[in-house]
Amino acid sequence: MHDLTIVEIKQALASGDFSSKEVTEHFLARIKRLNPTYNSFVTPMEAQALASAEQADKDIAAGKQRLLCGIPFAHKDIFCTLGTKTSCGSKMLNDFVAPYDATVVSKLKQSGAVCLGKTNMDEFAMGSSNETSFYGPVKNPWDTNCVPGGSSGGSAAAVAARLAPGATATDTGGSIRQPAALCGVTGLKPTYGRVSRWGMIAFASSLDQGGPMARTAEDCAYMLQSMSGFDEKDSTSADREVDDFIGPLNQSIAGTKIGVPKEFFDEGLNSDVEAAVQQALREYEKLGATLVDIELPHSSLAVPTYYVLAPAEASANLSRFDGVRYGHRCQDPEDLMDLYCRSREEGFGEEVQRRILVGAYVLSAGYYDAYYRKAQQVRRLIKNDFVSAFEKVDIIAGPTCPSPAFEFGAKSDNPVEMYLEDIYTISVNLAGLPALSHPCGLVNGKPTGLQLIGDYWDETKILRAAHQYQQQTDWHAGTPDGIE
Amino acid sequence: MSIEKGDIEKLSRLARINVSNDVADIVTDRVNDVLSMVDQLQAIDTTNVEPMAHPQDATQRLRADEITESNQRQVLMSNAPAQEDGLFLVPKVID
Repeated sequence: MHDLTIVEIKQALASGDFSSKEVTEHFLARIKRLNPTYNSFVTPMEAQALASAEQADKDIAAGKQRLLCGIPFAHKDIFCTLGTKTSCGSKMLNDFVAPYDATVVSKLKQSGAVCLGKTNMDEFAMGSSNETSFYGPVKNPWDTNCVPGGSSGGSAAAVAARLAPGATATDTGGSIRQPAALCGVTGLKPTYGRVSRWGMIAFASSLDQGGPMARTAEDCAYMLQSMSGFDEKDSTSADREVDDFIGPLNQSIAGTKIGVPKEFFDEGLNSDVEAAVQQALREYEKLGATLVDIELPHSSLAVPTYYVLAPAEASANLSRFDGVRYGHRCQDPEDLMDLYCRSREEGFGEEVQRRILVGAYVLSAGYYDAYYRKAQQVRRLIKNDFVSAFEKVDIIAGPTCPSPAFEFGAKSDNPVEMYLEDIYTISVNLAGLPALSHPCGLVNGKPTGLQLIGDYWDETKILRAAHQYQQQTDWHAGTPDGIE
Repeated sequence: MSIEKGDIEKLSRLARINVSNDVADIVTDRVNDVLSMVDQLQAIDTTNVEPMAHPQDATQRLRADEITESNQRQVLMSNAPAQEDGLFLVPKVID
């Protein structure tokens, strides 16, 4: 049962092959048995999952079928879930029980989906390896000595280890696509504004976007259909109709122009990853697409631009953790300043503290123009590169990350080296474009991913292309050794 | 531009995060690693480039100033680490 995709489970539930309760119990039992190995869940939600599954079975029997009715999935622990601990991977929120549901959580509930639990993540989504989580790192199911990527490593590993057929995730600089690539699953970051950020704990508000992770592009389309839409509670939510992501999946991609940026194939790229990506591009040509050489000349500035803007926004967002209203509070504060300073010292991990300090620096008097304003200007240059490219092509394709999963500790002593993990994904967040990663091969037995970037609001085109690719190839069906 | 240990002290107060003496050196080094990496932006000519704050250059949406939420004081205070009589407790601020 756990090898089925979301769409296959949907069909099986409709034809009565098994009930939602049966498939939910099956996944809960797997989580209980296998989670000690992978650490991908921080809070299983057994009782709530069984109650939702029983309700879904009644609804199915009564003919009240909804988009994801009775289908189990997991939430990244960055989404507030009413009455359930929502920790964001941080000691700061170790005792935080969300007093409301995030819009994404409400929407998936309305679709009838059954939440199995909350997945582990880098603290406040700041990390590319899951090593910054207060709850310990997630293990990559393909090689448990290696990182799963981050920050949505728990969601990616849960899908890869068949502990859930799909999961929610968030992406500020690559946090959906990079772990998807390293764990051999498919993950999509939507256009900025497509999915509501309300109830999604904020890291960098002009970059954060929630999105789906699953085995296939088709499953991601189903989840995105449920998660998307205007939300008046999120002031940056886009007030526009939700496209049909599912209907067009089966259309041919013949004639699609795929731009291949030369900057994504520079010296930092592992040669085996490059070979896998080139092979995937040839597969797209067989499907009728045309490859076009393009340039994104400001690509190399994406990482430095991001590491000004994201810490700046984080330092403002995380100022809400004051030890007063919610979150960790130090013992016996001497005065208010001591309460703030020690609560935040004790509650935040090293990487989060570093980013807040960097953010405070680049926003401080005398440095604002040199850092923050400058980075906002370069951000526009990066966006303009994409706008010019999309005048010539329909999709942009390249590697998702420069190399496959690395071993624990390999980059954790060097923040700048860790930041380069996201060298091909970050520019997409700065521009606000949609992009997905799908598996495209194995390098030394570990998965690697191809990234497809779409024009604004054009998730349909990249989902369709990935679905067509997955009809002709089986990299997405690969199962890690030892997963039964 | 790089910073020194004394700057970290000032930053730690701005950011309301205590940085203890035994980690101040390493924190200074790591923050400097990040700052030297982002320094490459200084070489880019951005004359007449409008700063970009939002991917679609959208502006903040406004709504009518009407009460739309009900009072949920009890629920919203349920996570407070210290409270009394429905109020958040903080150390004495005024003598």
